[in-house]
Amino acid sequence: MELVQQLFNGLVSGSFYALLALGLSVIFGMLGVVNFAHGAFYMLGAFGAFVLLDTVGLSWWLALLIVPVVLGVVGMVLERLLVARLLRLDPLYNFLLTFGLALILQDVVRLRYGVASQPYPRPALLDGSMSLGLFDYPKYQVFVLVFSIVVSVVVWLVLARTRVGMIVRAATERPELTRSLGIDVRRWITPVFGFGIALAGLAGVLAAPMRAVNSSMGADLIIVIFAVVVIGGLGSVFGSVAAGYLVGMLSAVGSLYVPALSQSLVFILMALVLLLRPAGLFGREEGVHA
Amino acid sequence: MAARLLAVAAIVATGALVAGCGGGPQSGGGKVSGDAIKLGVITDLSGVYSELAGKNAVEAVKMAVDDFKKQHADDAVTQNIEVSSADHQNKPEIANTTAREMYDRDGVDAIFDVPTSSAALAVATVAGQNKKMYFNNGAATTELTGKQCNPYTYHYAYDTYMLAHGTGTTVTGEGAKQWYIIYPDYAFGQDMNKSFTDAIKAAGGTVGTADPTPFPNDNFSTFMTKAPNLKPKPDVLGTMQAGGDLVNVVKQYNEFGLRAKGVDLAVGLMFDTDIKSIGVEPLAGTLFTTAWFWNMDDKSREWADRFKERTGVRPTFDHAANYSAAMQYLEAVQRAGSDDADSVRKELDGHKFEDFFARGAEFRADDHRVTHDSYLVKVKAADQVEEDYDFTELVKKIPAGESFRTAADSKTAGCQMG
Repeated sequence: MELVQQLFNGLVSGSFYALLALGLSVIFGMLGVVNFAHGAFYMLGAFGAFVLLDTVGLSWWLALLIVPVVLGVVGMVLERLLVARLLRLDPLYNFLLTFGLALILQDVVRLRYGVASQPYPRPALLDGSMSLGLFDYPKYQVFVLVFSIVVSVVVWLVLARTRVGMIVRAATERPELTRSLGIDVRRWITPVFGFGIALAGLAGVLAAPMRAVNSSMGADLIIVIFAVVVIGGLGSVFGSVAAGYLVGMLSAVGSLYVPALSQSLVFILMALVLLLRPAGLFGREEGVHA
Repeated sequence: MAARLLAVAAIVATGALVAGCGGGPQSGGGKVSGDAIKLGVITDLSGVYSELAGKNAVEAVKMAVDDFKKQHADDAVTQNIEVSSADHQNKPEIANTTAREMYDRDGVDAIFDVPTSSAALAVATVAGQNKKMYFNNGAATTELTGKQCNPYTYHYAYDTYMLAHGTGTTVTGEGAKQWYIIYPDYAFGQDMNKSFTDAIKAAGGTVGTADPTPFPNDNFSTFMTKAPNLKPKPDVLGTMQAGGDLVNVVKQYNEFGLRAKGVDLAVGLMFDTDIKSIGVEPLAGTLFTTAWFWNMDDKSREWADRFKERTGVRPTFDHAANYSAAMQYLEAVQRAGSDDADSVRKELDGHKFEDFFARGAEFRADDHRVTHDSYLVKVKAADQVEEDYDFTELVKKIPAGESFRTAADSKTAGCQMG
């Protein structure tokens, strides 16, 4: 009974892992870029919600809509201005670029807001708890879980069932072939990058009411997200999402039964996966698939 | 290949980001000069404690120097007093090196602040070896007046005993006998857990379960779910988390509605900056213990106003303690007529004093604990907050004699002075 509730806790924290890993994975699949700044954009998402509330009094619901769009545009500009220029070079260059970017974004926020966390209230509509049959659970966290599942399913459907998704998948797996069929692959790189960043921002907005909003919140999380992506399988959309929820449940149950190991469990799992299934639990040897 | 790249990325990130947390500016000391008193402040200028200590701790020491010069315009041993500062990034090895450089190369006479227990202990060792003065304000560990005490180190502002004794004893005495403690799994958290457990037991309570939590951690739902299901059910959840982790605990404590389920909240260590982050409303009524708060009376408020003019912010108790300690040190030099460490500590040992920060205070000679009143306070109700940072109200003053462990207990804990 308590175990069931802990697993549910895990699913909720897994929601954040899933959304972040999904964005990271899509970007990696399309561009081959390991986006080190992903955690920083998660942090910017939370701060975006905070700034909108603090300066113009915009509600969390509006922030949920506005912040990801704005950050998505920022991501697209970033891709055009910086990331695109390094795409032809060794992947390490973009690796360093995004790492530097993460540090800069984090320090800029710290310069303006300091290291202390910023206050953010829960939206009134989602205050309190609701019954889930077996136990009561905070409404807000139920919302986070449902919302993240819906987003993941929509992304999966788009990639699997629509023409755009088909092009993106084709462009990732066989760029040369896709291009020779007369499809402009380049056109899709920028929007995909922006989309990945928007997902990170979305996760940040979702985090603001339930977690500490400060400049280091992304840096603390990004390492786990890398592990999640490796476990799920690189470029595998389904894999990243599934691994996100899986890792969430693993850490929740882990911190109950083996508290000393709870932080290492995810990396132990990563090491095991690399040993036994180097392409990840749901990954294929190359390329992206839905 | 790509998988390996990502795995390497994860590992590199662990190291690099941790290192990246620090990396602030460093400022060295001045030239070695025989006829100057040199104060050094080693603190966290860029990390998690930079708000509650940090550059404003340096500013507090400078403020003390300015005030001292003014008060002793005619008779000061010297008007030539320098203050230097350095960032230790909360790392013991950096604190160790910086302290050595300050004492040996820069001729610093006394070091102040040093948050983070492990770093604080590293500096104590250096001070003892170099026979130079050291006043710790930022760290909480009772080891400074226990196993690692030495004749040149004073523990000035607070410690885990003070925090636990105030909160743990009172809350237990009020009928919350059954405790569930969660603490961050590093030196500070372990020390807090031990001090609280001792205080709770002494007051007739029981700590049914104490769980270490990862640090840093943003997800405490595991423990929030566990708390009301424990047998026997705890009356109170004691959280020893600090900073961002504490914010996460309180947010999630409220989400899971633990108060409505009969589990109260007690906080081990809290600063005004934390209350600001969480908001007054979710915390209203929460008890905690502090060494000082800025609007506790007119004398404190007057100093806090001057501090705000200088820095633009309200002081934490760490800031106040740094001013107070620097002033006490300079006055001792003045009385001794020399900045020789052995003469100064003879002036300090057993010295009784009182200022806006330290009430009924004494530099206890046996273990170098500076004893003073401490305060059990609670967070105000939102409608009682009259101005920014007006967050706390006094519940009970704990007299100097009861605020800290006895000198005899320090000895039992391993303090061999001299």
